Amino acid sequence: MNTAKRQKQRKVLLMGKSGAGKSSMRSIVFSNYVAKDVRRLGATIDVEHSNIKFMGNLMLNLWDCGGQDGFVENYLTHQRNHVFGSVAVLIFVFDIESREFQADVISYSAIIRALEECSPGAKVFCLIHKMDLVQTRLRVQLFEERAEYIRSASEGFRDVVEFWATSIWDQSLYKAWTQIIYFLIPNAGTIEALLQQLAEIVDARELILYERTTCLMVTHVTRGVESNNPFTDRFERISSILKTHKQSMAKHTGIPAGSANFAEMQIKTGRFMFFITRLTENTNLAASIPASEQVFNTARINIQLVRPKFAELDIAAKPRPGIQQAFAHSADSEGMRREDDLSRGRGKEAVNLGEF
Amino acid sequence: MEDLPDADTPPTDMPPRYHTGRLPNSKAGDGKPRLLLMGQRRSGKSSISSVVFHKLPPGETLYLETTTHIKKESMHSFMDFQVWDLPGQFNYFDPEFDVENIFDEIGALIWVIDAQDEYLEAIGRLNQTILNLQSRYPSINIEVFVHKVDGLSEDYKSDTFRDIIQRVQDELSDHGYENAPVSFYQTSIYDHSIFEAFSKVIQKLIPQLPTLEALLNSLCAACRIEKAYLFDIMSKIYIATDTSPTDIGSYEICSDYIDVVIDISEIYGWDRPAEEGKKELIETGNNDAESLITMERKGNNYLYLREINKYLALICLMGDDSPQDKKSIIDYNVGVFQAALKQVFPRADREQLQPE
Repeated sequence: MNTAKRQKQRKVLLMGKSGAGKSSMRSIVFSNYVAKDVRRLGATIDVEHSNIKFMGNLMLNLWDCGGQDGFVENYLTHQRNHVFGSVAVLIFVFDIESREFQADVISYSAIIRALEECSPGAKVFCLIHKMDLVQTRLRVQLFEERAEYIRSASEGFRDVVEFWATSIWDQSLYKAWTQIIYFLIPNAGTIEALLQQLAEIVDARELILYERTTCLMVTHVTRGVESNNPFTDRFERISSILKTHKQSMAKHTGIPAGSANFAEMQIKTGRFMFFITRLTENTNLAASIPASEQVFNTARINIQLVRPKFAELDIAAKPRPGIQQAFAHSADSEGMRREDDLSRGRGKEAVNLGEF
Repeated sequence: MEDLPDADTPPTDMPPRYHTGRLPNSKAGDGKPRLLLMGQRRSGKSSISSVVFHKLPPGETLYLETTTHIKKESMHSFMDFQVWDLPGQFNYFDPEFDVENIFDEIGALIWVIDAQDEYLEAIGRLNQTILNLQSRYPSINIEVFVHKVDGLSEDYKSDTFRDIIQRVQDELSDHGYENAPVSFYQTSIYDHSIFEAFSKVIQKLIPQLPTLEALLNSLCAACRIEKAYLFDIMSKIYIATDTSPTDIGSYEICSDYIDVVIDISEIYGWDRPAEEGKKELIETGNNDAESLITMERKGNNYLYLREINKYLALICLMGDDSPQDKKSIIDYNVGVFQAALKQVFPRADREQLQPE
């Protein structure tokens, strides 16, 4: 794991033409808006900063940069170093419906040059947005054409820039943002390894780790036949389902959407069992397991027991007292744990954590 | 009333246990109650039937073609019924139409009025229809949907609604028809109001309704459930609820909850190939889907869903006093409820228990 990746504050620039949908995107992903709420948003003036705590040890420092020509001019000249310095990720939003695509790309080139100059190590994601406005049969072709054109204007980032087709009206938005977040998470590998072990122990078909506030997927582990699941977009779909459900709970209970969290949701059917529960302060774990009460109950208990391990990963170096308290009850069960089957897996986990 | 004696012979070979399931007006035919959708052109009849019965996203109803002939559709659910969409441009009492054929066996006449349009003419035609029908089929339920209210401001909405009720009733009493069996609903396809209105219309056609309500009441009392709904899963119409006061909010959250469970079941309920060399754990007794949401704030149960049969699901909104360990009581009582329901709807019972 390289040192740059361990940095806790990651600066993310969100740029693109005025009206491309940057702020809409941001409010849906991070502020619990639903797609139709974004009509209320006005134009972004200059830069709107937001700090988003993601998985405890990762703080996203999101710069939502107003896209009107005057502002962009200013970013490129007077504020050049201030805006483009030490950027981890640039997210550039293109409006597929834009009438001046050429002009958009010229402006994009100028921004890319500034980025290359100030933060050459940054990662660039281009989101081609509002895809819902294009007829379904034309989507793929149009997206590829645009992506190719933009790539040719990407200067030094030509080979590393990534393109995503997005729309706020379906799960494609979650798909793109999941990739961006995955790139930013410093210890994804460790988390994955731990999840893999957990999945083996509880005999889960699939485990998916979701961030709590945004409902974005952090990572997932799929075992056995489940990898043939025909719904390849299931991770984003579940993100979207969870988000919608959160809204609906918030509306009914009167709790603000930010904190209308369930402790657990279970679904049991004759074909599968599924539950999603809180894992750490910032994450929910979804588990799809075979249809058996026995497996279901073992999985639930084991996931409860493994919480402290994940909590350690989550908070990185310094444990905060608040979290210690929150998991005090889990610590009580430490004793129980030794007698549990899980002790098999514990040794392995310990090795893993040593690395960390 | 000559055909009343006919109603004594039930259409099914199963002996009736509670009611015949037939309406006084229905001839011995197929026994399917019929819902007629009528109203002026472009008042939204086809949109309503597409959204409610075909799950068309409301936004896409814009592209529906004008209906030019009577569209008949059969709905197979806990009880079979037909929905007839009658284009607005014809006068169905014209001799060229077979009045008998259209209005025989009718369960409810739904008259759709566009609240955003000039409605005087619509009211005139509605009254004409009511007066024509009342002499021949006096027990038809007339349901007036004051539709497209989403586009109106709160004040204007209730003014329009009151005005329409006033005009219809005045005109009917001018013709000597006092206390006509006409009900009014404010509806929109962009929220849950259309489903709620349909629920109430359908409930009037279910002869077993008092029995169902009594069952739900005792379930609620036994488990201290705040509100229990019996949903038709496919259409998300509720066919019964306990008799405590209902509000649209409770309906909404239950309806959204069905979506969550169905969506996730779709993702993980795919046909898995049998895993080789691994004995699949097959358990009996949990073929009916079951789901539970526990809230974080108070740690209590919040929502509970249980599949009753192929068509119906029971959804319970728990009150504040619902600790997690109460679940076994709920499970037991829901089992009792399910057994009782099988006696009320023998048909679903027959389909479920075929192997035995």
